[in-house]
Parts: sequence; C-alpha cells; structure tokens
Amino acid sequence: MERRLTRRLIATLGALVLVVGACNTGGGGSTADKEVSVVGSWGGSEQESFLAMVKPWEDSTGNKVKYTGSRGLGAYLTTAVASGTLPDLAGLPGPGEMSEFAKGGSLKPLDTVLDLNTYKADTVPSLVELGTVDGKVVAVFIKSSVKGFIWYNKNVFTGTAPTNWDGVMGTSPAPAEALFCVGLESGADSGWPGTDWVEDFVIRQSGASVYDTWVAGTTKWTDPAIKQAFEAFGDVLEASYGGSTFVNSTNFGGGGNPLFTDPPGCLFHHQASFMSDFFKSQGGAADGDFDFFVMPEINPENAGALTGGGDLFGLFSDKAAAKELLKYLVTAEAQQIWADRGGFVSANTKVTTYPDPVGQKSADAIKNATVFRFDGGDLMPAAMKAAFFRSMVDYAETPANLDTILAGLDEVQASAYAPAP
Amino acid sequence: MDDQLVTAAIVVLGVPAALAGYILLTERLIQAFPERRQGRIRPWFWIAPALAFLIVFLIYPTLNTLVLSFQDANSRNFVGLDNYAWFFGDATTLEALRNSVLWVVFMTLGVVGLGLLVAILVDRVRYEPVAKTAIFIPLAISFVAAAIIWKFMYEYRPPGTPQIGTVNALVGLLGLGPVDWIRERSFLIDNFALIFIGVWMWTGFAMVILSAGLKGISIELLEAARVDGANEWQVFKGIILPLLMPTIFVVGTTIVITALKSFDIVYTLTNGAFGTDVIARKMVFEMFTTQHFGRASAVAIVLLVAIIPFMAINIRRFREQEAIR
Repeated sequence: MERRLTRRLIATLGALVLVVGACNTGGGGSTADKEVSVVGSWGGSEQESFLAMVKPWEDSTGNKVKYTGSRGLGAYLTTAVASGTLPDLAGLPGPGEMSEFAKGGSLKPLDTVLDLNTYKADTVPSLVELGTVDGKVVAVFIKSSVKGFIWYNKNVFTGTAPTNWDGVMGTSPAPAEALFCVGLESGADSGWPGTDWVEDFVIRQSGASVYDTWVAGTTKWTDPAIKQAFEAFGDVLEASYGGSTFVNSTNFGGGGNPLFTDPPGCLFHHQASFMSDFFKSQGGAADGDFDFFVMPEINPENAGALTGGGDLFGLFSDKAAAKELLKYLVTAEAQQIWADRGGFVSANTKVTTYPDPVGQKSADAIKNATVFRFDGGDLMPAAMKAAFFRSMVDYAETPANLDTILAGLDEVQASAYAPAP
Repeated sequence: MDDQLVTAAIVVLGVPAALAGYILLTERLIQAFPERRQGRIRPWFWIAPALAFLIVFLIYPTLNTLVLSFQDANSRNFVGLDNYAWFFGDATTLEALRNSVLWVVFMTLGVVGLGLLVAILVDRVRYEPVAKTAIFIPLAISFVAAAIIWKFMYEYRPPGTPQIGTVNALVGLLGLGPVDWIRERSFLIDNFALIFIGVWMWTGFAMVILSAGLKGISIELLEAARVDGANEWQVFKGIILPLLMPTIFVVGTTIVITALKSFDIVYTLTNGAFGTDVIARKMVFEMFTTQHFGRASAVAIVLLVAIIPFMAINIRRFREQEAIR
C-alpha cells in the first residue's frame, strides 16, 4: 500500500516537472558560425523592414540573421551582460547603457570593424559623436529620428512657417480656438511629451553646453536657464486647448486630434515624427491633410540645434559574420532599402531619396543640424527621468507651483546621480 | 544540438529523478529507526523540502529586507533609522500613507457592505446563479485590465464635446460635469474613483463567501423569528447579522490586506500623480526607479507590520472557529 502511494506520488511529480520544463524551452542560442543573432526593439512593420534590409546581405554571403524583437531591451541586455549569454548584435536602449557596456568591455569597439574614414565621411558628425565612448566608436545608428516637429492642419494654418519662436507664439490662433494642443497622458510614463518640449526649449534657448551639463546632472533644475525653459513651456500651456484638465487627461496619441475638428481646437501640435500615424488613426486625418515645420530657433546663437533619438546598435561578439553584418548595415545601399520602405531617417548622408515628406524633411533637418542631442530625459538616471516626467504632470496641473517643483527636482538630482552600486 | 534543449532534458529527467531519489533514500533512512518511532519521524522528512523552500524564499528574504531597511541606498552602510525617518517625514510618503488608509477603510466598507447587500438580495430571487456570476466576473479580471476598463469608463473630454466615457456621459444627462474623475483632487474624488474600481472587483468575492454563510443559517431559526412577529429588518439585525459576523470578519480582514497591498490600479491609471499615491506603489517606485534599496525595504517593512495584526486576527478567529467544531 505504501509503495503504491510512493509510486503514484513520483508519477505526479514527474508530470508536473515535465510541464514546467516544457515552458522553459522557448528562444534559443546557437553557436553556428554562419548565423548572426540580432536583438532589437523593432516589431511589426519595423521588423519587416529590417529583415528586408538584411536580405541582400544574407543572399550574397550565405549567412543567416536570426532576429528577435524585445520591448524591454534595457532589462534584457542588463541580464544578458551579467550572465554572459549575449546576442551577436543588439540594439542599445540609450547612450547611457552604451557607455556602461563599452566601459565594462562587453561592447566591442568598432574602429577595426568599420572602415572609419568612409563611415565618418558618410555619417552626420553629431550622430558619429553620439556612438563614441572614450574616443572609440562603439555603436552606430541604424535608424534615427527627429523630435520637435510643429505639426499643423494644412487646411487651417495656411501661412508660412515662422522663422523664430517669437513668430510662432505671435501667430494668431484664429480660426482655431487655441494656439497649441498638448496631451501628456501616457499611463505610468505620463508627462513625457512635456519633457520633449522642455528639452527643445533648453537646447534652443541656452545651447548644447547647458543642455549637456543639465542632462549630466551638474546644472541644477532651479538654474535660470532651466527655469526659463519651464516658463516657456508654461506659456505654451497657457495658450493650449482645453486647459490643464485636457492636457493631463489626454493621451499623447490623441493630443493632436483637435487640429482636425470642426471648428479646429488648435493650430499647432508639437510632437516627434511618428505622430503622423496617430493623426490618421485617431484624428481622422488623411495623408496630405497635415504638414509640419521643425521647431524654429529661439536664440540665434543656437540656430540649427536639434534633439532626437534613434536606434543605436552595438557589437557583442567577435564572430566574423557579425562584424560583416554591422559593416553592411551602415552602408548607404542597406540604409536606402529601409528608407524606401518609409518611416525611416538615415544617419547616412548618402541616402538622399525618401518616399514621404516626413522622412525627407527629417533627413534634411538632421543634415542641417549644427548640434544634435539625444533625448535628454532618456539620458538621465531612471529616478531623474521619472521625476522629470512627473514634474510635467504637476506643472501642467498647477503652473504656480513651478518653484516648488524645480526644488523637488533638485532634490532628486542630488541623489539620483550617485554612483551605481 | 540546442543548448537549451539539453538543459530542458536535464531538468525534465533530473528533477523527478532527484525527488524520487530523495524519497527512496529517506525511506531507507527511516527504516533504520525502530518501527515504533518511524511514524513520528517520517512527516519531518516529507515536509523538509517544503520547509527549505519556505526558509529560502520567504523567511530569509523577510529578514534580509529588515536588515536592508537599516542600510543606505546601495546597502553598503548602516544608517540607523534614517529610512524610517524619511518615511514618516516625507510629504509624499505621508500622502501615500493617508491614501492607503482611505483604501483600507472605504474599500473594506464598500466591498463588505455591497457584498452583504447583494448576498441577501440575491438569496430571494430565482435567477440567483446568474446574478451572482455577473457580480463575480470582475474578480476574474486582472487588476491592470480592470484599471484599463475603468480608464475608458472615466474618460474625460472637454465640456462641449461628446463625452465618450460612460460615467461622464451619465453625469452629463443630469446636466453636470464633465469631471476628470481620476485626476480631480477636490473632495478626494480621484482617490475614491480609484478605490471604487477595487470595490467593483472584490464585491463578488465578499458576496460569494457571505452568501455561503447565509445559506448556513438554519431556516427554522428564521421561520421561528418570523412566526414570533419579527419584521425583516429585525430578522436581519437580530439573527442574520450576528450569525454572519465571523464570516464578515474573515472577508473584512482579507479585504483590508488586499487594500493595503493595492498597487496595480494606481500604477496603471495615475502612477501616483494627482495625490493618489499608495504605499505599495511607493515601495515599487523606490525599489525600481530610484533604486534606493534602503527606503524601498523600509516601506516594505512598514507594509508588513501594518498587515501582520490583520493576519493574526484572521488566524485567531480561524482557530476559534475550528475549536467550536
């Protein structure tokens, strides 16, 4: 009797473990020399475009690209680096992680992988700079994007684009109800569209050097240069549609909808290049209804300053095929493949034709940029970034609290930049 | 051959083998003891693996958290009571504490009150199973999904434009609003809007348990009272409520603990902005965003200390009931 019980118990446990084991066999790494594993943040149409981009390389070399899309690149790579089970090529969540991995030695320098002279000649200098750590190129932009577009409805705003910020603020909103639309809601990340505004103000008002020290945590939030940027955003909020309740309760995706209502709610909407998709899916607009100009200069000294982002890629292995692939990805011929498929801005200046005006104008803006800076919030330590996001929500709710809000950000700054454990 | 496949094979075959080996080995070991004492020793060998897991995954982390709560952000130096001083001195944590108290009081009252009401009402209708199922369903939804559902329910659109949120559409019919429910600070509307989501989810839980308790009250007792001329209110107050009290107590303490741990709804809808923060969200924020291990651990300990009395009461009640049986 006892033995039968024992046997039955073992059988049950065995079955249970089988189930658990089966759940654990997903994914997979391979040591085959002809296979290059790539991890990136792209899914859907972006993933298709990337695969189309590498197809000619696969065909000509006989190598195979094994792409895995991951939404949480930061967490994935931190774990991968710690465990040593790394992909050959991977997208990097941002310049902060890039320099961390490069200094830790897991990210390989590209000086001998790329033909540096050609790469530097073909690539927008500020983007080369962003992929450099301690004088060595360690990452390349496979895809870049520009922030700070001022979108408008072509049927409502028919004037010419103002050449400076005063001109934008001085534009009469008529026939729209208000000059701007702002939507800050984004779940746990609420507030980020406001941070893009403030970053665009800082770099245009005070220039790249203040921007850099501010992002690096050495310029305080209560500094007049930063306060001035908040105040400029405050003026925008004051001239925005629906007041603070609308601003905080409206999801960023629907933030531009009032551009297209009848009568129009607002004249301008500040958002990055991806916004056109939301105009069509949520605002009921069609291609050709809307257009944009790049947010103009404020202080002429900083004319041509631009913020943006992009997908930085780095090499984590010494595999020959992986090096070949990275070298191929930055070439104009590879970049042109994705450019032709749309929704893409290249860091390579040899890529000249874009199927859509958004891509074309973005590429021009990057090419003409005197300084290009990565999205500041994304460069800050996580605690600072979270506080920055939150400060936008608080500021939009009660603009009169500005000084308290900035003092609170200073407090976070004092602790957030402490060396990591 | 794929590395992971090998690992999987080792796990699939190795773990059961190890377990079987453990049982056979201990059985042999037990045989070495005199027959008389075998029965007393065997349970300890059988429970040992579970006990080991409990120590490794529950007791050790709890003690470690306690130690961490007296250390700095990187867990390097001891800082005494600094983290607790921060907890009880910081305006944002005190606000979170106040809101958690609101959650505990109003979610518990709401869930138990509504659960009791529904349990008593559906007891008298023919379509009871259908009504109970409908009210129970929200409990099967995950917190995040429930929060998203209510995000749409509470959706705010500026006055003069069509309200697409159900609540504001209804309020609009009365000629009021719109109100930005989850962001309106006045009268703590935002907090109550969030707490209501918790009530909506958990009422079904209270209802099911209270309904079962209700069915346990003997009909003869109720009939006798009615024959003696008691009206329905007197029956409820004098018989049903006292007899149901132990059940209400168990449901109540469970909801208190749930309310203290509430995190997902706040995180999903406001992320603690607009004065809606709660201590569980504060803990996650300190842990994963600011990465201040000391403060995060201090919040965790405060939460644990707040929950312990309710658990103790629950266990004592349970023992008393067992003793009666």
